[in-house]
Amino acid sequence: MGASQTRPEHKYQDLADKTGFSLEQIKNLSKRFQQLSGNEETISRDNLESIPALANNPIRNEIIGAFFDKRNQHQDAVGSCQEIGFEQFLMVMSHFRPPTLKTTVEEKEAMRKEKLRFLFNMHDTDNDGTITLAEYRKVVEELLSKSDAITKETAEAIADAAMLEVASINVPHMGPDDFYEGITFEHFEEILKGLEMETRMHIRFLDVDTAKMGCGKSTS
Amino acid sequence: MGTSVLFEARTERGAFYMLLLLVLCCFGGKCELQDSKPSEQTDFPGVEPFHNEFDEPQAFPDEERANLPVFTMDYPRIQLPFEFTLWVLLASFAKIGFHIYHKITIWIPESCLLISIGLIVGAIMHSVKEEPPAVLNSNVFFLYMLPLIVLDNGYFMPTRLFFENAGTVLWYAVVGTLWNSVGIGISLFGICQFEVFGVQDINLQENLLFASIISAVDPVAALNVFDDIGVNEQTYIIIFGEGLFNDAVTVVLYNMFTFLAGLPVVESTDVFLGTARFFVVAAGGILFGLLFGFVAAFTTRFTHNVRQIEPLFVFMYSYLAYLVAECFAISSVMALITCAITMKYYVEENVSQRSCTTIRHVVKMLATISETLIFFFLGVVTITTEHEWNWAYILFTLLFAFIWRVIGILVLTQIINPFRTIPLNFKDQFGLAYGGLRGAICFALVFTLPDNINRKNLFVTASVAIIIFTVFIQGISIRPIIEYMNIRKTNKDRKTINMEVHTRMMEHVLSGIEDLCGQWSHYYWKDKFKKFNDRVLRRILIRDNRSESSILSLYKKLELQSAIGLLDAPLGDLSAAPSIVSLDDQRKEATRAKEKFLAADVRKMHKILSKNMYKIRQKTISYTNKYNLPDDSRTREILIRRHASIRRSLRAESFREQPSQNIPKSQKYYSLQPGGDLETTFPLRRRNHGGSEDGDHPSALTSRSSSRSLIPMRRLNTIKETGNAGEQPAASSQPHSPSPVDALDMRGPGGLEGSSFRGRKAPVPAPKRHLSYRIDGGEDLADSERAGEPVRPPQLPPPRGWEPEDQEPRENETLLRDSSQGPRGSGRS
Repeated sequence: MGASQTRPEHKYQDLADKTGFSLEQIKNLSKRFQQLSGNEETISRDNLESIPALANNPIRNEIIGAFFDKRNQHQDAVGSCQEIGFEQFLMVMSHFRPPTLKTTVEEKEAMRKEKLRFLFNMHDTDNDGTITLAEYRKVVEELLSKSDAITKETAEAIADAAMLEVASINVPHMGPDDFYEGITFEHFEEILKGLEMETRMHIRFLDVDTAKMGCGKSTS
Repeated sequence: MGTSVLFEARTERGAFYMLLLLVLCCFGGKCELQDSKPSEQTDFPGVEPFHNEFDEPQAFPDEERANLPVFTMDYPRIQLPFEFTLWVLLASFAKIGFHIYHKITIWIPESCLLISIGLIVGAIMHSVKEEPPAVLNSNVFFLYMLPLIVLDNGYFMPTRLFFENAGTVLWYAVVGTLWNSVGIGISLFGICQFEVFGVQDINLQENLLFASIISAVDPVAALNVFDDIGVNEQTYIIIFGEGLFNDAVTVVLYNMFTFLAGLPVVESTDVFLGTARFFVVAAGGILFGLLFGFVAAFTTRFTHNVRQIEPLFVFMYSYLAYLVAECFAISSVMALITCAITMKYYVEENVSQRSCTTIRHVVKMLATISETLIFFFLGVVTITTEHEWNWAYILFTLLFAFIWRVIGILVLTQIINPFRTIPLNFKDQFGLAYGGLRGAICFALVFTLPDNINRKNLFVTASVAIIIFTVFIQGISIRPIIEYMNIRKTNKDRKTINMEVHTRMMEHVLSGIEDLCGQWSHYYWKDKFKKFNDRVLRRILIRDNRSESSILSLYKKLELQSAIGLLDAPLGDLSAAPSIVSLDDQRKEATRAKEKFLAADVRKMHKILSKNMYKIRQKTISYTNKYNLPDDSRTREILIRRHASIRRSLRAESFREQPSQNIPKSQKYYSLQPGGDLETTFPLRRRNHGGSEDGDHPSALTSRSSSRSLIPMRRLNTIKETGNAGEQPAASSQPHSPSPVDALDMRGPGGLEGSSFRGRKAPVPAPKRHLSYRIDGGEDLADSERAGEPVRPPQLPPPRGWEPEDQEPRENETLLRDSSQGPRGSGRS
């Protein structure tokens, strides 16, 4: 971790304001970012794909994809980019900030929505605002891909059943000729209403630099 | 009356039990007819003759020794089990009593009621100068009653939740209990220094001992309330885990302090050794628990040929763990909890469905008995024993118990909050503090104190006071207060597939993000453990080892149950389904005035209904409600049936643009129905259920056709998918239950037609339902019953002309299957 890489404090302060991370957290994350990128300014897909710990994650592609998805970077742009800088990295990470005692109900609601949007975007790969059956199936298949006992058909069947569930919850009065196009974000919100998103979907970003074992190795 | 004879004839004791029996019978009689029956059957045959000829057989043997006695009795021989049985029965009848008017148990915790009944019985006993039964002594409690309660707690602990909050739970349970014990003990010791109160003779050890006893929290009442109003998971599991593990801590402390209290002088080394022992005891307990848990799991791997005794292993191994731990004087509670948690996961996968149910029922039953008896005795003992009432000591006990609990929670939360991802807010803390009721364990511990504690009576009195105070005052008030406070709530996990999928997805995302951050924390370890579990543990411990995703298992469960529902439907038709339906009706009618049901209205109703139905389920699922089993098959069934019907109906509509040629086909298919010709179609396919159909169901037809008219043109082109979805997982999950599979198999086409017409369930029950519905129609019944008379004439009158087609059901199926292929591909973007 060379001193040259350390950005000035005020730069971090900007980021802290934008993302809600504390300065320490940003420092930690920036170290990690440096480590992942090999001290480059940006991270590419390959950098992330080479993380060994991720190798076993069944939805690795989606997760990595989410980082390069412009929708998750608080920009109004859509589509995906090839490389992301630290700021974008932080932006994506900031979806997983835990709420604090001070967060108000509205903020929590907003956070929840953000998280949901994040999940939704992971599904909605073609960015048309709906999760189609094909997209849903793909995710379910990947989720289940790690267990050998499950065939592709099973996964499909499950995805289908899930899709039906969505349709039944959201469009109970479907006309005879209607076709359930896919899950829109509103429907997505509806079906995951019961999920304790705001208390579950976050990780603790460390304030103190405990990630030394990783950082030390790559930079020394 | 027989009783009058009795009073003179026998000892007071016998008389009392006869009285008890009568009370019991009255109670039973009061409750319900069917309740009183068993008591008559079981008790009277044994007792009634005994009433009448009570004197004679006693007299006879002396005079006519030579003769073979025609009738004898030997009460002393059966006394103990007999009395025990009566006690259990009485307690059980009391429970039936409370639940007749179930609002009572909503507002007043059951423990209150049990204690009250105990008080009444105690009063009766007191008035006839009867000694309380000497059943509850230290050995009985520790060897028989406590393990039952603990096993129940351990076995039904929501594992996932627990491990997500393990740190916090243990923090509160261990440190919190220590805090309370030491705090209360020392404060009480301080009180004892004042001469005014007249309790100077209680030394520090005894105070600590007493304090450790009363810091055992019994969360049943709080849990019931929390469960009902759906308090957030964190608070819930903390209360639950605290109750569970502080039993362990309390028992350890109790043993330690009992030992110390016996010593004349306590030296500092003793304190040090005590601390060391504390850890040894806890760690040893966990070790033994793990050992026996794994052995139990491993054993059940081989029990598939002796299904009858499968449940036995669970009990025997966990009891063994308890006893062995007890033998080495390490924490037997800890051992039992660990054992139960460890083996549950593996055992439940190894044993058959039935054994699993048996295990759950028996665990619940035993725990309920044990706890009921303790509460009951508490009531009895309160009245019948000599009390040593010392106002100062008891009031201060109450005060300190409360204060230390509150301070403890506040301080401990401040310490733990920075380590929690979701900090506990003030309301949560209040819930935790206020939920700290004292219960059965506390009483049992104090009651079984050794006699060399010179103020034992005072301790018993104080404990009873604090239990009654907390159980009655806090227990009754906690519900209104928590509801008023509007504590952070959660929607209970409604087990929908989407939820499950996304829960898993979330976990993977989180663990992925953690990996990305290079941080190792909760999800990292969870991931690691899961891998280890899949690779090693499951291979060794589970017979049929196919690592199974929870999504899949949920899905299978839904499928399987829908299949079972399908099979049950013809029988349950008249009883179960209508009641459900009528329930929904009432609900619906309450919300909206009766009017003509236009199609749109019906749809709205359906929406309301579907929500309500989910809610029903949500309300009743209560996996840790101490007095109930987590089994909610009934409501589940609703969901299942609904699930099935949804699937069918939506499958049809959720895939787009079929070639127009499909429509005639589906029409044709569906037009078979009204004609009632299905019997000819389906029996052929339903090989296994041949003959389950009945010839005529005109009445059913009317209702069906009317509802069908609602959505006349649902397309049926995705039948194959339905069939697929149905048969596959079920087949893999239950290789040895052919019938559900088969039923599922059939359900594809059979169900499709139904739902696609009838998918919009109107909440009005079908006015006339035919009794003997066909099997696959039966499943639809659930819908068709809801599908009421959405008054429109059938748009497609049954074209009889199709009948010839019925002769080729195979072809029919394949046709449909073929047609499904197309849209499957094209229907997606």
